[in-house]
Amino acid sequence: MSTSPGAPVLELPAVESAGPRRMILNMGPQHPATHGVLRLIVELDGEVIVSVQPEIGYLHTGIEKTCEAKFYQQVVPLTDRINYLDPLSNNLCYCLAVERLLGLEIPDRAQWIRVLLTELSRLNSHLIWLGTHAMDIGALTVFLYTFREREEILRLFEAVAGQRMMTSYFRIGGLSMEPPLDWLDRVQHFITTFPEKIDEYSNLLTGNPIFMNRLKGVGYLSAADAIAFGVTGPPLRASGVDIDLRRDMPYSSYEKFQFNVPTSTVGDTWARYVVRLVEMRESTKIVQQALDGMPAGPVKANAPKIVLPDREKMKTEMEALIHHFKIVTEGFNVPAGEVYQGIECGHGQMGYYVVSDGTSKPYRVHMRYPSFTTLQAIETMCKGRLIADLVAVIGSIDIVLGEIDR
Amino acid sequence: MTSQPPTLTGKQAVLEGLPDHPAIKALEAWNSQAFTDARFDFGELTLTIAATEIVAACITVQKAGYNFFEDMTAVDWFPATPRFQLSYHILSHAFKERIRLRVMLDEADPTVDSITPVWPGANYYEREVFDLFGIHFGGHPDLRRIMLPDDWQGHPLRKDYPVEGYR
Repeated sequence: MSTSPGAPVLELPAVESAGPRRMILNMGPQHPATHGVLRLIVELDGEVIVSVQPEIGYLHTGIEKTCEAKFYQQVVPLTDRINYLDPLSNNLCYCLAVERLLGLEIPDRAQWIRVLLTELSRLNSHLIWLGTHAMDIGALTVFLYTFREREEILRLFEAVAGQRMMTSYFRIGGLSMEPPLDWLDRVQHFITTFPEKIDEYSNLLTGNPIFMNRLKGVGYLSAADAIAFGVTGPPLRASGVDIDLRRDMPYSSYEKFQFNVPTSTVGDTWARYVVRLVEMRESTKIVQQALDGMPAGPVKANAPKIVLPDREKMKTEMEALIHHFKIVTEGFNVPAGEVYQGIECGHGQMGYYVVSDGTSKPYRVHMRYPSFTTLQAIETMCKGRLIADLVAVIGSIDIVLGEIDR
Repeated sequence: MTSQPPTLTGKQAVLEGLPDHPAIKALEAWNSQAFTDARFDFGELTLTIAATEIVAACITVQKAGYNFFEDMTAVDWFPATPRFQLSYHILSHAFKERIRLRVMLDEADPTVDSITPVWPGANYYEREVFDLFGIHFGGHPDLRRIMLPDDWQGHPLRKDYPVEGYR
């Protein structure tokens, strides 16, 4: 089988005539290719997919309800658990939303470290996507390579936050603390060597005929369908819609960074692969710019009633001790209002809708996560294709069940 | 250090403050009666629409350039009336801007038309609100519980549903 690059194969078999030969296949919830507990009820005519019905909710833990019973600052660790592959984007989105309600101004250094870490977090997310996606297709080796670099990133997270995955490093009003002294050098070392690692992955996959044949022309999604279904992030850009909130609606100083937004007009799984691979290179550039222009100064906003004082101050100053006690026991009141903060995370557009009634606990926190929306387009992408393509499509939309079920 | 963008409260103030806003112009030309209230705070525009007219309002803003359905959810203002607030967040790829359409629903009959004919992507969001708030969406193609089991009693995100312990 040969495919010309860029031309989606769309000769759909005639499924209407199938009739009684159809079979219902239950895929998941425990299936290695579903990346979690996703259940797909697939209707098949031979090997051809007639319909796909996702059943979700197996990981539902009611995080939105739990948020309503916590103080604002106690919600931050809950956000990590939603998209556990891109933890710092969750933290960032929630903190930005609450900071807008409070009207807090975040110091430059905190904003730049936020950008740096969110990009590392995006790399983390993309590395896991690449490893597992390739593994689903049958290219097992890449997984070992991507997890080698992911380990480096997790060590960098551990150095700043004390946690590898559930970082909770961004706090309302800035960062939880200043990064360790040699940390920026360690990031520099990682980011200098990283582009050649991307070349390595690319060498393993981009020219690989098996990988290409499994992806090219598979899971085609048109730009109109992508917009109708609310698809965001790399799948949307791979369908030719040039939108990236980092560039178009900048937050946390992204307007000060120069980067390209890769797009493709092909709209198949191969295009999504290429877009994400280029995005990794662009993220590397952003991290480099953040390191080069890292401003000096505090990493917490000057708001003693909202931001916890430094340990040293808390132990020596009466005022700081009182503020610390009040924040920990009573929280802080947030002005009444509602805010929707959208950011571009590794999977697409993430959004936090925070409603405050003026008390110290959020009245309502709603999270918009990209995988939840993108999952709706799966039937459009798979209909009339072989069941083996379903695995490629699930991989290419980069699904995380934690963020679907919340 | 604090800084807040200016706040405009009430439809009249928003109409005067943002006279050239494409969504406001389109909604005002479409049906001034159904476009009941407006508010601009925290840099976000909230436009309140009569519950019966939400689908037509969505078509209107879609034509005005707000082409991308981003998010939809509900807020329970129990025990206030009207009890439920629906918030639709619509993004414009052309203007790089977001608006919020707001619909208020009474507790007695929490039913509103589904916007899935306009944006099929609203399907899961409406199912989620149906599941967790018990709000019905007329004309929805597949209105079932999405997060919880089908035999679950109650709607957890309502304010009269306890956070922990037995119901």
